[in-house]
Amino acid sequence: MIIAQQKPVKDIAAMIADCKKVAFIGCAGCVAVCLAGGEKETEILASAMRIMRRLEGNPLETVTYLATRQCDPEYVVALDEVVKDVDAIVSLACGVGVQYLAERFDKWVVPALDTKFIGGSVVHGIWEEKCGLCGDCVLHKTGGICPIIRCSKSILNGPCGGSQYGKCEVSKDVDCAWQLIYDRMKKLGKLDKLLEIQPFKDWSKSRDVGPRRATREDVIIE
Amino acid sequence: MQTESKLQKLLDSGHFVVTAEIGPPKHASAHGVRHHAEMMRDYVDATNITDCQTAIVRISSIATAVHVKDCGIEPIVQMTCRDRNRIAIQADLLGAYSLGLRNLLCLSGDHQKFGNHPTAKNVYDIDSIQLINAVRKMRDEKVFFCGEPIKEHEPRFFIGAVANPFADPFEFRVARLEKKIEAGAQFIQTQCIFDMERFERFMEMVRERGLHERAHILAGVTPLKSWRAAKYMQTSVSGMIVPEELVQRLKNAEDPKKEGVDICVEQIKYIKENIKGVHGVHIMAIAWEEIVPEIVQRCGLYPRPKVE
Repeated sequence: MIIAQQKPVKDIAAMIADCKKVAFIGCAGCVAVCLAGGEKETEILASAMRIMRRLEGNPLETVTYLATRQCDPEYVVALDEVVKDVDAIVSLACGVGVQYLAERFDKWVVPALDTKFIGGSVVHGIWEEKCGLCGDCVLHKTGGICPIIRCSKSILNGPCGGSQYGKCEVSKDVDCAWQLIYDRMKKLGKLDKLLEIQPFKDWSKSRDVGPRRATREDVIIE
Repeated sequence: MQTESKLQKLLDSGHFVVTAEIGPPKHASAHGVRHHAEMMRDYVDATNITDCQTAIVRISSIATAVHVKDCGIEPIVQMTCRDRNRIAIQADLLGAYSLGLRNLLCLSGDHQKFGNHPTAKNVYDIDSIQLINAVRKMRDEKVFFCGEPIKEHEPRFFIGAVANPFADPFEFRVARLEKKIEAGAQFIQTQCIFDMERFERFMEMVRERGLHERAHILAGVTPLKSWRAAKYMQTSVSGMIVPEELVQRLKNAEDPKKEGVDICVEQIKYIKENIKGVHGVHIMAIAWEEIVPEIVQRCGLYPRPKVE
């Protein structure tokens, strides 16, 4: 899922400093699961903003709403009534949600979250990046461990000279992806696969050709 | 594959070669570089010119190499994958060759986190093994990285790579070295050796696979000025093993600088006499270039051989 984290409250407050009425729109998708933009977070943020503004002697009126998903037009349409008389919309979705709201409404739409990465949970409250969204998966060559995003140099023929005691040179808290790949391939009896020289990566399948689009002709409704 | 490299001629004719390192400065004057080059000229066969080492902005490796070459030393241009995509790398390689530079060392490069621009976006479009392989194809198959023919004047570099016997996973290090040789590396410079035992084990594995016969291996050494420098290497430099005895020996020394040089001379002599398959040394006197001639002399490696 997409992992996002809330921006500092004061930064969000600054973005809506000159507004009188603001809609806080949460998202029940990924950001709800990673506890950044679900119903609870939306209510807490709106309430924090109201308190801050009251203390400043400049009260703020808020409305809150939880969209099923902000990345689907059909759920964004439902917001027409909610946002019609607000000065600004604060989106508690990933960057996709913010853009969908900005596309639909002629309003000042601001992000309450920083969209971090695509990953999963380690334990409750900790998430870790697992995929580099490169558009050309090589996990079958690397024992199911992604060298694109988990190696700090995205080396396809790793490990580099900075790997020691199982850790990456950038931090003792970061596992060396190539140590993990080596251990796993050894366990699977497939170390010989790592001796093959991996060719250049085709980054044209990554973001380098501009925004990507995925199409499923069979499910498109005319 | 024969190139115009003097370093290659020396290695191929069986000489025990000496290379050293010159770090370009963090300003726009080549005065210091030229001073170091002139000082080292008669004592080393070639000098590595680092490419923004530890991700700190300095005069470019290629520009510095031209200054060094002007002073009469053959430079080894270092090229990292950190700062350039495949288009920029090739443009720089064509430029380097056109300027008369003949040796190329291919590396992935230190992560930008360690440098003076830690918030920079890194590139790592290709990795060091892919770079080695592509540079070899440029020379031997006369094609650009994309496969398009180079119609004339293909760059014909003597291709080098690095190996770190002190990084992990240790057992895979020799396999990775083999991968680099397979890709096209003709000479290998190792990371600074302080743990001689581990290096000996590494070289045993190298010999078992016959890699010393397929590429020239130069052992990396670094003279240390103080026990603090040794401690720093031991604790803060990734992929490095510095035995505690070495730190203590520097700590107990009356003249730590002299002791540092003594240790380095001992290491070179030991490597030359006892470790089979090593074809030379690479002296990385980090910010202490002045000491290189003394080390070379004391090791009995002066004068340097001449080739046509």
